[in-house]
Amino acid sequence: MIGGSGLVAPPGEPRRIGYLYLAPGLLVFGAFVLVPLGHAFWLSLFEWDGVTAGTWIGLDNYGDVVSDPALRRAFWHALVLIGFYALLPVAIGLLLAGLLARARVRGLALFRTVLFLPQVIAMVVVAVMWRMIYDPSNGALNELLRAVGLGSLAQSWLGDFDLALSSLGLVGTWVYYGLAMVLLTAGVQKIPPSLYDAARVDGAGMVREFFAVTLPALRGEIAVALTLTTIYALRNFDLVYITTKGGPGEATSVPAFQVYSRAFESGQVGSAAAVGLCLTALIFAITFAINRTAERRPA
Amino acid sequence: MRRSIPAALLLSLVALGAGCGTPGGDSEETAQKADKEAAKTVSKPDVAAAGDVTLTVWDQEVRGGQEAQIKRLNAAFQQRYPNVTIKRVAKSFEDLNKTLKLAVSGTKAPDVVQANQGRPVMGTLVKGGLLRPLDPYAQALGWEDRYSKLLLDLNRFSSDGEQFGSGNLYGLSQMGEIVGVFYNKKKVSEPPRTLEEFEQSLAEAKRAGDIPIQFGNLDKWPGIHEYETVLGQTAEKEKVRDFVFAREGASFEEPGFEDAAKTIQGWADDGYFTPDFNGTGYDPAWQQFAKGKGRYVIAGTWITADLAEQMGDDAGFMLMPGAEEGADPVSLGGESLAFAVTSKSEHPDVAAAYIDFLTNSDAATVLAETGNLPAMPVDESAIPQGLSADVFEAWGTLAESDGLIPYLDYATPTFYDDITAAIQELLAGRVDPAQFVSGVQGKYGKFAETR
Repeated sequence: MIGGSGLVAPPGEPRRIGYLYLAPGLLVFGAFVLVPLGHAFWLSLFEWDGVTAGTWIGLDNYGDVVSDPALRRAFWHALVLIGFYALLPVAIGLLLAGLLARARVRGLALFRTVLFLPQVIAMVVVAVMWRMIYDPSNGALNELLRAVGLGSLAQSWLGDFDLALSSLGLVGTWVYYGLAMVLLTAGVQKIPPSLYDAARVDGAGMVREFFAVTLPALRGEIAVALTLTTIYALRNFDLVYITTKGGPGEATSVPAFQVYSRAFESGQVGSAAAVGLCLTALIFAITFAINRTAERRPA
Repeated sequence: MRRSIPAALLLSLVALGAGCGTPGGDSEETAQKADKEAAKTVSKPDVAAAGDVTLTVWDQEVRGGQEAQIKRLNAAFQQRYPNVTIKRVAKSFEDLNKTLKLAVSGTKAPDVVQANQGRPVMGTLVKGGLLRPLDPYAQALGWEDRYSKLLLDLNRFSSDGEQFGSGNLYGLSQMGEIVGVFYNKKKVSEPPRTLEEFEQSLAEAKRAGDIPIQFGNLDKWPGIHEYETVLGQTAEKEKVRDFVFAREGASFEEPGFEDAAKTIQGWADDGYFTPDFNGTGYDPAWQQFAKGKGRYVIAGTWITADLAEQMGDDAGFMLMPGAEEGADPVSLGGESLAFAVTSKSEHPDVAAAYIDFLTNSDAATVLAETGNLPAMPVDESAIPQGLSADVFEAWGTLAESDGLIPYLDYATPTFYDDITAAIQELLAGRVDPAQFVSGVQGKYGKFAETR
């Protein structure tokens, strides 16, 4: 090395050979992500039924995403679901984490496991189960309400135009709050107790302590939890497919369900590809925004 | 350096996409080819002389009696023609529908496939020139005498795939199905003979604190059955058929169509359906009926076996009665997926003979013996007892009077979504019958315009 010419780059600097090391991963990524993505984009420029000759229509399919009220509603529903899938679980997780930060709970591991359990069940199973729970005449939820004398609150949870989307959203909350909680309580445990001691010496109460110590320290964990759950919210398909098929009317139609229904049921492959790509872009934009916000240091 | 990465990525994506080529092929040429094929005359295929043939068949006859009949018939065919080997690929209905297009357009296409009626599957396959018109075989083998007109029309398309319900014949179906009214004999001693009597019976059930019609519409499609069962009584059957086949001048904004909407919305308002039907599943609803709760259930004959098993002689089946007593019955119904021959099959003669074998009178007996409802006439002695007897009789009556009306969701590629959502809104009282028909017509009009 010492006898080499001055042309040798200093160690640690990128060299062309680096791309060779990247190649295997890049090839796999290219073959299974980039190529299909490019193909989907290509298809989205056509009006195509999946078999016969497609008609080139340029960006019209993307225009439909904005102008077609049915599709617009679907995207709006997806945004509403973010509230139920991401914001609510993280809020519940934070509350639990804040409580756990103050008190040492016995059998914490057990609690965590039980609360995390919904996360482990396949979404299809969750959907079938909640369809039964929500059944208006024999479902567990209405039976419970009637048993405690709240029969007047019993509802047609999935059949009511105004309630159906929230009912589905609450299933999402139930599934994902465990995930948020586990992430956040783990984060709480790494906060040095001295910070809490200092806050207490300064006379901070429970609320003050939460906002001054716990919340800022959990920035990273909150970002991870929000990113994961937002992605789940936006790509939500199985729950809708199994419970309501987008109904009643179009009250629970979501973009991922539209992709499926257009591509496999009504022969609008181009439109399905366009909706799918818009959904991808939306997921990318929102998660990017979340992470940008989380990375920024507090002023 | 970093800036240019997104741009380069986008460019390479477009390039990658462009490399995949324009989807599909020339449509005019394929239509002409199909017409030429349909106009041919052939003699009766001689399977025994065809040499060693392997026939690849994709079917979805995977449940209970369906599986039993296809296995028996396949075995019988191979026994009769030892030179033929049937390679059966069995798939579920959903799986078949999703993979069929890719399979028949690929290089190793199966010979015989089961294609779902209507534009989304059979229509697109015809448009793509992927199915072979079977008219020459229909003539040589006398298929026209085997079925009532509507049952053949359901398997017909114009060679360009645009006109459904007329044109070339692309397949034959084995089994029939009716959407009719099952009733609990303990509660209905004498089946109503007119629609008015039926409504009186509903009111009576309501007064007695029973559920008049068990109905679960969470799955969206059952609403079509309630609506169209009534539609058959309020509109002329030809008007319904014209609409379903999207024939010239057909419209949803017809008085008969609005009347049917009025009727079922009235039933919903009067509480004649299961409470909260839009939130109740299809299966839980008819299962409640099977347990003796409720007076009627409007359902397809596919639940016959389950009802007979659970209710025994207490279950009866009838067609929805019409406005006048003794008039020819009209009922929603259809037939199983058609067995069709692919254009790429190298053995169309053997394939046609196989389809003939699956649908001849011997096959009808096998179908009846395995608990299915044969679409073609069946020998008196093969008709089963009990609830099934009611169903067989109703099918016979409908075949004689050509009284079947096809499923509304055949009308346009997106009509399933359109009509199911609209019926849910109608029954929830969010639209009135006039808004319902004009809304549906609006969706249908969009399709009619683009043709």
